[in-house]
Amino acid sequence: MNTFNTYETAWCPGCGNHSILKCLKTALEELGKAPHEVLMVAGIGQAAKTPQYISANSFCGLHGRSLPAAVAAKIANEKLTVIVNTGDGDSYGEGGNHFIHNIRRNVDITHFVNDNQIYGLTKGQASPTTCEGQVTEVQTNGSSNTPLNPILMAIASGAGFVARAFSGDTEHLINIMKQAILYEGYAIVDILQPCVSFNKVNTFSYYKSRVYHLEEDYDSSNKILALQKSMEFDNQIPIGVIYKEIKPTFHQKNKVLSQGIPLLDNKTDVEIVKKLISEFI
Amino acid sequence: MYNILIGGAAGQGIDTTVAILEKLLKKSGYFVYTTRDFMSRIRGGHNFSLLRFGNEIITSHSDNLDGIIALNDETALLHKYKLKENGFILCDSSLSIELPQMIKLNMDKVAKELGNKNVSGSIAVGAILKIFGESLNNIEDVLITSIKEQYLELNIKAINIGYESVEKKFEHMIGNFSDWMILTGSKALGLGAIASELKFYSAYPMSPSTSIMEYLASKSNEADIVVEQAEDEIAAINMAIGASYTGARSMTGTSGGGFCLMVEALGLSGIAEIPIVVVDVQRPGPATGLPTRTEQADLKFVISASQGEFPRMVIALRNHEDSFYQTIRAFNLAEKYQIPVIILSDQYLGDATSSVKPYDVSNINMTEPEKNYDKEDEYLRYRFVEDGISPRLLPGKSKNLVGIDSDEHDERGWITESAKMRTQMVDKRMKKLEKLEEELQEPEFLGQINFDTLLVGWGSTYGPISEAIKTLNENENMKYGALVFGDIYPLPSKLLEEKAAHAKNIINVEQNATGQLASLIREKTGIKCSRSILKYDGRQISGEEIVAEILKGGH
Repeated sequence: MNTFNTYETAWCPGCGNHSILKCLKTALEELGKAPHEVLMVAGIGQAAKTPQYISANSFCGLHGRSLPAAVAAKIANEKLTVIVNTGDGDSYGEGGNHFIHNIRRNVDITHFVNDNQIYGLTKGQASPTTCEGQVTEVQTNGSSNTPLNPILMAIASGAGFVARAFSGDTEHLINIMKQAILYEGYAIVDILQPCVSFNKVNTFSYYKSRVYHLEEDYDSSNKILALQKSMEFDNQIPIGVIYKEIKPTFHQKNKVLSQGIPLLDNKTDVEIVKKLISEFI
Repeated sequence: MYNILIGGAAGQGIDTTVAILEKLLKKSGYFVYTTRDFMSRIRGGHNFSLLRFGNEIITSHSDNLDGIIALNDETALLHKYKLKENGFILCDSSLSIELPQMIKLNMDKVAKELGNKNVSGSIAVGAILKIFGESLNNIEDVLITSIKEQYLELNIKAINIGYESVEKKFEHMIGNFSDWMILTGSKALGLGAIASELKFYSAYPMSPSTSIMEYLASKSNEADIVVEQAEDEIAAINMAIGASYTGARSMTGTSGGGFCLMVEALGLSGIAEIPIVVVDVQRPGPATGLPTRTEQADLKFVISASQGEFPRMVIALRNHEDSFYQTIRAFNLAEKYQIPVIILSDQYLGDATSSVKPYDVSNINMTEPEKNYDKEDEYLRYRFVEDGISPRLLPGKSKNLVGIDSDEHDERGWITESAKMRTQMVDKRMKKLEKLEEELQEPEFLGQINFDTLLVGWGSTYGPISEAIKTLNENENMKYGALVFGDIYPLPSKLLEEKAAHAKNIINVEQNATGQLASLIREKTGIKCSRSILKYDGRQISGEEIVAEILKGGH
């Protein structure tokens, strides 16, 4: 039995979340992580229930605000493996501002976005990644907004590890997840998944027929190539590590954290306080 | 005591001149108290500082001036009516207006001749020292701490020139405050946070709270603090909560507008029971309001901010002692009760410099989260316990798993919609208030025990109210007392009820338009104030203004 197992989920049968959750548990197992070493962080949404269904430390915060909480949790205790696992609405909609700025911070956390291109918890409104023209109960004339391309945006904003995966290709997904968790710095994996209840466009077979593994000789360190690849989202959707580069992490760049002592264990000497007081005398 | 105003346009070096004068006057024994009145602009406009000094404790600014340093005509024209009979205006010869009180010196010209026009401020400093009967003994010691070494000699020369250019007008007073600290309210707060072993501060720049972030950032390497400028206030507070969850003592700071954005996360801290300290350095609102000015109009907002019901604590800072000691207490209460604690400061207190007795750090004991859970039964983050305060473990610090949730949850931290569990969890959280209420600090009583009229106030009006009470009680026919609240929510009401029982009149003195404290008192105790003294023009009420207002209404 997997050490990360907990209880029955509240997701619909056939939801992509099931296989993503299974892959995550396997990835953590295969990496030899113990539950208490892992912190799962999410905001609100169907995918954001993930931390409840995995035996690990969990922080289920506010809608859209998982990233700020997660990066600061990692800043405070670098020994934790911090994983944000949440949805496209939480990550790119309500949390869009934090998405951009946490790429810039490059804190060593992993961000799995269960991207079903729709709002599931609120029953089927357009998400930032919903296709143009798709009709919903709110976008009654079809969504008129250009869908956000999270892969393109992440690379353009300076992310060092940007990948796409598909919930239906589990072996591949586990492999990508492991790479993302091991990557030193902010790693984002946009995981395509069907929403069986509310997205009748981007179905399992829709993705299944379009996704293909990046070619073996694909050079993920070539940023221009990666930007081109990231714009391929039509009849062909590449999955795999689209862009990767080694970048200094937040901890490496920060003078206090680069000492290598977890922040919460780094006690302030009372002599320093006395010295600071004397500066005002 | 003496009182001088230094005024000019933004960018003319008022702050530097004031900082040097403050240090020199303190060094010679004075108690120094400076308030800042400035516009929301980087260049131009009209800014001034009021520097009051004497050999007794000073708690308020005053509009009765012994002198003005006018860096431009506007300063002289705007403030000349505040001068006492023998008051003076020190200014450069280049000012176009002529007033009988003026002492005109060739400061700018001499500074240019010395080779640096920026030393004209030091010429003024020299002149002020002479006018107030000071010596030049301390100038080197002080300048060395405020001026770059290469400019030291030039500035000393300039001070000497200023000193020789004028005649002594006032006598030096002997004071015992040379060993005291001198700092702003915001720096005192920052220092209190460092003394509390603050490890993480996240904020978005917003006047008048930014000086806290700047101070902490300037000491971050020395005191091992991560100071992170967030992309917005929503991120700032969610970061602070995230860092606090994993065990770094955390704080965020802002002003009213930023606090608006933090409101949802305040509830997260409440329901998830994650300790957090949030500072609101108030400025006049609503919306952008008056960015660089002062008000106390966020009280009713912060005590009820966020949907739903959860325990919280609000502490209003009254002075520079509170700014340090109450900040430490805020961290301890936040950790002990696993609640959000809000510190209310304001622009007046945050930016005002005061002499203060050196802070005592010998008795600081910080409340820490639990190290481990060694009981037989399973660790549950929200385990039901008698006082409602479940042991808080840090994730990753033991084998136990720590789960928190913004949804209503069970003892383990997992989502629940059970009606029974919901009621039990709300009760558990609210139960924490019972113990908290036992350790609330009653308001400070000032004045005569056998008072007729009782003033009530909170936060930074402490100083002006205290000066007003002293002045009023100098007249033997008058009997005034005052209660000034620091802990303000939950409202401590024991002393208030006791004092109100024999007050003939109760007057609330507040920096807002609606009398928010009076309203809170009435809601919680049924006690009604008979009169209000309210000011909401963005400028702090002074002791003298309170006295004048009270006398206007008869006594």
